[in-house]
Amino acid sequence: MATAPAGTLYRGREGMWSWVAHRVTGMLIFIFLLVHVLDTSLVRVSPEAYNAVIGAYKNPIMGLAEAGLVAAIVFHAFNGIRVVLVDFWSKGPRHQRVMLWIVVAVTVILMAGFLPRHLGNVFGGA
Amino acid sequence: MTTIEMPRSPRATRSNRRTTRGNAEMAGWLFMRISGIVLVVLVLGHLIVNLLVDDGISGINFAFVAGKWADIRWQIWDLLMLWLAMIHGANGVRTIINDYAERDSTRVVLKTLLATAFTVTVVLGTLVIFTFDPCPAGAPAELLPSVCSA
Repeated sequence: MATAPAGTLYRGREGMWSWVAHRVTGMLIFIFLLVHVLDTSLVRVSPEAYNAVIGAYKNPIMGLAEAGLVAAIVFHAFNGIRVVLVDFWSKGPRHQRVMLWIVVAVTVILMAGFLPRHLGNVFGGA
Repeated sequence: MTTIEMPRSPRATRSNRRTTRGNAEMAGWLFMRISGIVLVVLVLGHLIVNLLVDDGISGINFAFVAGKWADIRWQIWDLLMLWLAMIHGANGVRTIINDYAERDSTRVVLKTLLATAFTVTVVLGTLVIFTFDPCPAGAPAELLPSVCSA
């Protein structure tokens, strides 16, 4: 029976998983960007048309999806800075693992600030 | 007396180097990093202004968008964000296609779709930002931004 290949410095570890997460979040953000340009383009049709489509973004299900989208953007943004530091900072590769945990921590902290406000706007009807 | 030949390797020139791709891939790699840093500022600023301050998502409507785009600085912000995000994103998806689509024909189809989506989205978004009228004639006044009644 085949056994799983032995781990390396990269495979199955922080380096690989941050690469996977960067890809998945990047793909997600790109798909949303295409939709977002289309929905915003309705401002060119009429105020009523734009208000109708943006109304769809204010229902609770879309509100939760937006929270996920913002989390994906925040992670992709700060992990992107980590990638730049790994590539251009001489000590970057040595600190890539701790930098990933800093990225995760920053994402969690920013989302902890954003979520109460956003979910209040979505569910509070304020 | 034996002489040792000098180690000689021919200088890399345009005709004998191994890659024929020029430096396009390196330029793309560098662009991802530079545009990425700019996009961190543009996109997080966009999220803060549209989703975090005031009423967030609840406050977004035609009057909100029109009020922003009545200011040329937000037009420039959004235009730059549109172009950089679309090029950065399309180049990222191109890399993903190259990694996972192994058949030549699959890659051609996917990249054609990508190029079409890129062109349509960038042209549409650019036209909307430049031809947008914040105070369209005949629209109900209560749906328009305050700059229209000034």
